[in-house]
Amino acid sequence: MISVKHVSKTFGSGASATTALHDVSLEVARGEIFGVIGQSGAGKSTLIRAINLLERPSAGTVTVDGDELTQLSPDRLRLARRKIGMVFQHFNLLAGRTAQGNVELGLEIIGVGGADRRRRSLEILDLVGLADKAGAYPAELSGGQKQRVGIARALAGNPKILLSDEATSALDPETTRSILDLVKTINVQLGLTVLLITHEMDVVKRVCDSAAMLENGRILEQGSIVSLISTPGSRLAHELFPLGAVPPHAGNTVIEITFSGGSADRPVIAQLARNYGLDVSILGAAVETIGGKQAGRTRLELPGSPVANAAPINDLRGQGLLVEIVGAAAQVEEARA
Amino acid sequence: MIDPTDPGFWPGLFQVLLVGTGETLYMVGVALLLTVLIGLPLGIVLVGTERGGLFEAPFGSIWFGHIVNRVLEFIVNLGRSVPFIILMVALIPFTRLVVGTFIGSTAAIVPLTIVAIPFFARMVEIAIKEVDAGLIEAAESLGATRWQIVAKVLVPESLSTLILGLSTTVTSIINFSAMVGTVAGGGLGSVAVLYGYQRYSTIHMVAVIILIFVIVMILQGLATGLARRFSHRGRPAGTRASVPTAI
Ligand SMILES: Nc1ncnc2c1ncn2[C@@H]1O[C@H](COP(=O)(O)OP(=O)(O)O)[C@@H](O)[C@H]1O
Ligand SMILES: [Mg+2]
Repeated sequence: MISVKHVSKTFGSGASATTALHDVSLEVARGEIFGVIGQSGAGKSTLIRAINLLERPSAGTVTVDGDELTQLSPDRLRLARRKIGMVFQHFNLLAGRTAQGNVELGLEIIGVGGADRRRRSLEILDLVGLADKAGAYPAELSGGQKQRVGIARALAGNPKILLSDEATSALDPETTRSILDLVKTINVQLGLTVLLITHEMDVVKRVCDSAAMLENGRILEQGSIVSLISTPGSRLAHELFPLGAVPPHAGNTVIEITFSGGSADRPVIAQLARNYGLDVSILGAAVETIGGKQAGRTRLELPGSPVANAAPINDLRGQGLLVEIVGAAAQVEEARA
Repeated sequence: MIDPTDPGFWPGLFQVLLVGTGETLYMVGVALLLTVLIGLPLGIVLVGTERGGLFEAPFGSIWFGHIVNRVLEFIVNLGRSVPFIILMVALIPFTRLVVGTFIGSTAAIVPLTIVAIPFFARMVEIAIKEVDAGLIEAAESLGATRWQIVAKVLVPESLSTLILGLSTTVTSIINFSAMVGTVAGGGLGSVAVLYGYQRYSTIHMVAVIILIFVIVMILQGLATGLARRFSHRGRPAGTRASVPTAI
């Protein structure tokens, strides 16, 4: 649905030039919620603004729903933008218009007239749960309510895609959850493809089907959450299930097992203890519900070196579990010495 | 000489003030209308043709936009810096060309408009620049054309600041209209000169001052009220720091 290919963006020129995006490629499938996570300054806003060409990439192509936006004339681009709704961190509502007036703005722009416009705007305000605030000005609304208006405005023209630039970052945790639930509802009810950017892992956990990690203008990894979880060494997976620092474990083996889907409810530790007579200690565990499925990561300590534990580790891998040996390199060094 | 004890004095004073006020309102009203019609687009184009602005590249040419911006900047600066009394005299040939004469209220409209346009255009520029870039972006993301952005975002969102700017502009037009009156005749300014100064009538002078003061107060009260009415920011627009409230 959204295909970003080899997009780079450099601001300024000469000595003062900053490159915000380096050769970024991204694929967002129809109907999914795709999250881009990264720290402040990573280039997230530049990336999302490149998708509706609010920011024209210095290089690369952006294709949305079959239209290569980077090729379109200004007029065609404007038409294409109607398929792409956008919500903003600071809402960007017109202070001089009521909630309904703000939603109607989107409809006025595309030329929906009079009665139709009023009917449709009230319909959407109802969808976002703000039917009773149609006549309120933004100054009279809470942050969460303002963002609902922002979402309603973005949806007014029946877009196929919703872009969200840190839509919940100015909101408290509870409001964040309610807005994310709304986004999820819209995604399911209207079949909208959603690309959201955030610096909060919780947002990814709560609603995303797929994610990409952006750092210093580069995509480090991307894919469906399920596949990222089962990718060895995935930074995203590690940040989804933070287990903290690895404690000293001289002579012993520390492993991390990632469970996803069906493997989450298997009695793995009990099996290890039973089949290999191992004294397994659990150092940490994190379990989350991601995309409606249980997934998690457990850190275990097994007595003896990794070599000594080869058999049980291979057994676990044989069951389709992702097993990573923590600090293995250090232990190999130790074994050599 | 004028004698206040003369039974004809008060009706005469009333008549003169009535005519003078009427002429002042006529001059100021028409000049204000023309000022808005020309100054508003001018201010919008001034902001728009700046680098990164909405009309940065008219007809696809950044170079052209830049030239337009420079030329308009120059004209506005020139108009703002020439003292009014000089401008008025310098404009006499032009006024004669447009109106046929340089004497009287109608003729006075020409220099008043020309001095007020750059003044108001600057006010418009300030007001438009205050509009959050995020709002323009939001409208762009909805597929708005540049004119839709001007009409639906820039002007409405800066309306209360524009109204306050207009009120400052009208105050200065009234101010200048009195000056025009002394040279070209017409309006309360010429009443002050003809009766107050040349015929030593303090009563006329005081009456003119009070009348002008009252007109300015009414207009400013009206503007402040309207500005508040159009500001939905939860605080009166009059308290916003960047609005110049005096000339
Ligand atoms: N218009 C701009 N001009 C110059 N530099 C910019 C501009 N927009 C963003 N940048 C720079 O690009 C980098 C990425 O910014 P941004 O995309 O806003 O990051 P994020 O949204 O992840 O915080 C930053 O270094 C920022 O300073
Ligand atoms: Mg950002």
